[in-house]
Amino acid sequence: MSIVTVQLGQCGNQTGHEVFSALCSDIRGTHGLCSKKENESYQDACKERFFCEEESGGTALKVLSGVQIWFLSMAARSGLWRYNSHSHFCQKQGSGNNWANGYSVHGPRHKEAIMNLVQKEAEKCDRLGGFFTIMSMAGGTGSGLGAFVTQCLRDAFPTSFILNHVIWPYGTGEVIVQNYNSVLTLSHLYHSSDALLVHENDVIHKICAQLMNIKQISFRDVNQVIAHQLGSVFQPTHTAGGGPGYSRNPLGDLMETLVPHPEFRVLGLRNIPQVPETSLAYSTFSWPGLIKHLRQMLIANAQMEEGIDWQVRPPQPGSSTPSTNKPLHFNTSIANLVILRGKDVHSVDLGSFQDPSLYTSWLNPQDAFNAWKTPRAFNKYEKSASLVSNSQFLLKPLDSIVGKAWNMFASKAYLHQYTKFGIQEEDFLDCFTTLEQVISSYTNL
Amino acid sequence: MEEGVVNEILQGPLRDVFDSKQLITDVSGSGNNWAVGHKIYGCQYRENIVEKLRKTAEHCDCLQCFFIIHSMGGGTGSGLGTFVLNLLEEEFPEVYRFVTSVYPSGEDDVITSPYNSVLAMKELNEHADCVLPIENESLFEIVNKIHQMINSGKLGSTVKQNSLVTSSAGSAKTLQEKPFDAMNNIVANLLLNLTSSARFEGSLNMDLNEISMNLVPFPRLHYLVSSLTPLYTLADVNVPSRRLDQMFSDAFSRDHQLIQADPKHSLYLACALLVRGNVQVSDLRRNIERLKPSLHFVSWNQEGWKTGLCSVPPVGHSHSLLALANNTCIKPTFIELKDRFMKLYKKKAHLHHYLQIDGMEQSCFSEAISSLSDLIEEYNELDATKDGPRIDPSRLKIAV
Repeated sequence: MSIVTVQLGQCGNQTGHEVFSALCSDIRGTHGLCSKKENESYQDACKERFFCEEESGGTALKVLSGVQIWFLSMAARSGLWRYNSHSHFCQKQGSGNNWANGYSVHGPRHKEAIMNLVQKEAEKCDRLGGFFTIMSMAGGTGSGLGAFVTQCLRDAFPTSFILNHVIWPYGTGEVIVQNYNSVLTLSHLYHSSDALLVHENDVIHKICAQLMNIKQISFRDVNQVIAHQLGSVFQPTHTAGGGPGYSRNPLGDLMETLVPHPEFRVLGLRNIPQVPETSLAYSTFSWPGLIKHLRQMLIANAQMEEGIDWQVRPPQPGSSTPSTNKPLHFNTSIANLVILRGKDVHSVDLGSFQDPSLYTSWLNPQDAFNAWKTPRAFNKYEKSASLVSNSQFLLKPLDSIVGKAWNMFASKAYLHQYTKFGIQEEDFLDCFTTLEQVISSYTNL
Repeated sequence: MEEGVVNEILQGPLRDVFDSKQLITDVSGSGNNWAVGHKIYGCQYRENIVEKLRKTAEHCDCLQCFFIIHSMGGGTGSGLGTFVLNLLEEEFPEVYRFVTSVYPSGEDDVITSPYNSVLAMKELNEHADCVLPIENESLFEIVNKIHQMINSGKLGSTVKQNSLVTSSAGSAKTLQEKPFDAMNNIVANLLLNLTSSARFEGSLNMDLNEISMNLVPFPRLHYLVSSLTPLYTLADVNVPSRRLDQMFSDAFSRDHQLIQADPKHSLYLACALLVRGNVQVSDLRRNIERLKPSLHFVSWNQEGWKTGLCSVPPVGHSHSLLALANNTCIKPTFIELKDRFMKLYKKKAHLHHYLQIDGMEQSCFSEAISSLSDLIEEYNELDATKDGPRIDPSRLKIAV
């Protein structure tokens, strides 16, 4: 099944660009550590999802179904891949960091053109596996136009899966009204999207600084880490009971394992190990070590494998009122998915993730935890472990964003910029209500 | 208007840049009289101006904003300039209007400059989206500082001869005359940096409409204090990080502001940093973290920073920074203006020159001064919150 990717705004396009580069260099790479047959099967599966061969017979891969919405069209930096030349929607005027402008003005104005493009791309797929959008929520286009387009996708394709990859901005401003834009985006996406997969700039920045040892971190560095993490989820995998061969329905599988309840749709992502490329050849990792770290990262809500708080423990079993007895800082999960890639993957014991105390009481731990294992190594890492988690990972950041936005809203600052494009105070209040509800639901897990 | 001035430009090295069909001239200026510029020339040339604007606008694929560049103290720039501002709002209501206004300093040689400025302020309050005030005093001090650097060879550094700021100063000019060319050059750099994201690529673009969106929290508070660094080049092109951080510190110092103000000791409503050159997001973040503790931000915008990264540096520099702040430090400028106005107005000095113009009445003056007073009051109210306790409003409660 093929996935239609929709990249919106500067962040969406710059990140999307790195994602395709990462996918492509991975399948072209020679570090698969598996049999030739396995490798070919992997390449084919990846291509089915994202790429098609060039008609002219060149070696570059062409993105199968993707729409890029931005005022600049980006040519791929290497010769390994390229976008389809007709899949670009050019937005002459930006949205000025104004969510209302993106949603209420550019959205309706360009709806027909954009949806025509999407329809064309969707038709290219033999079987449509769903939509994957990449956007930031701080600006105006990715956030506002992104929310509008997601809604249109939901209306036009009511039975398709929609996964929104949303990038959360640095806490100390990239955009002054980022908290307003974030609140408006998240609340709207909650109504039309199936799940939100989140990356936070602050977290990725720390990974670049502390793990990757990059001295002068650029947005390209940040986007490359994000692309690596996304690649580790979206490259082909064998699902648990799926039989031989690679899974044909990645988005569907993801939703099934991680979003059992519509109220809980916010997914966090962790990937280890992350080391500078120059150190890769000299680093070795053991699966038990990786799994132990990953589990503790989940429990203690650690953002990376350094600085984990090992003191945090799950609550003792047998307590009568688990929610009040839960120790502070313990991260309760609804559902978790661990994806393992590389050498000796089938020997890994993941029993520690099935501990019922990690999860809320209303789901069977057997259902709440899933694992996908693939012997084909990813992106030159001999072993790579990813965790996609529907848990309280993002509760604190979400609460912080809503708090700051509310603070600003109470003083009515900047509201005139939104009302002039048709977003009124009542609309803001509705959005705040939606998100406070989400915060409350996750808090009471 | 003034033929003399326009003709001089048309004979200069940039004559081909300007389309002669787009020029409107008249023999004399407005005699430093806002009323002449606004009411007389306004009415007289209205159609001509509208036609030329429409023609230029039609050439644009996508019209984003208008820049008005003028002074406040004279007659044409101030009077006719604000008339054109009104026109733009009527004819192109959705296009942003950015105004770069040169405010008169205390020892301005135009006696009626307070009147002209206050009358123009009312128009700016009501019809501009964003105003960047500039004061000649600040520009003069900056140019002086650069000359001192060149002459004394301070810091052991040599100033590149072709660096933009000093190139048109020319060593022939003495410091006794006001070096207007060099001063104007600084304002030109301001506008270049402001529009750099629209002209060049970068990893975090900052459009002009984003500036208005992020820096104007309330419609009337749209006056932005600007500062530029560096103001001189160093021969050493491979600038290590320490120098880069120095650039950020300089942007917040009193000496680099383009008006006589000290933002560090007043209240920030919002701040934007537009960086050009080989500067990455980590450099930005590091410096914001470093400078934040010494700055006072309003309670509802404690982390209010707008940032932009443009890859292409200005000519002759390896990187540069433009800081735009919506800060209450602009209040003293307005208060002084009001005081100078009142000094003349109380005595009704020179009023007859204005009132004899068709369309001008006493009420124009009283409305103008009242508009300025209201603006000052808004800044006062914000300042009052500066050192008070911070009370966060309580959040919405959800029934579980």
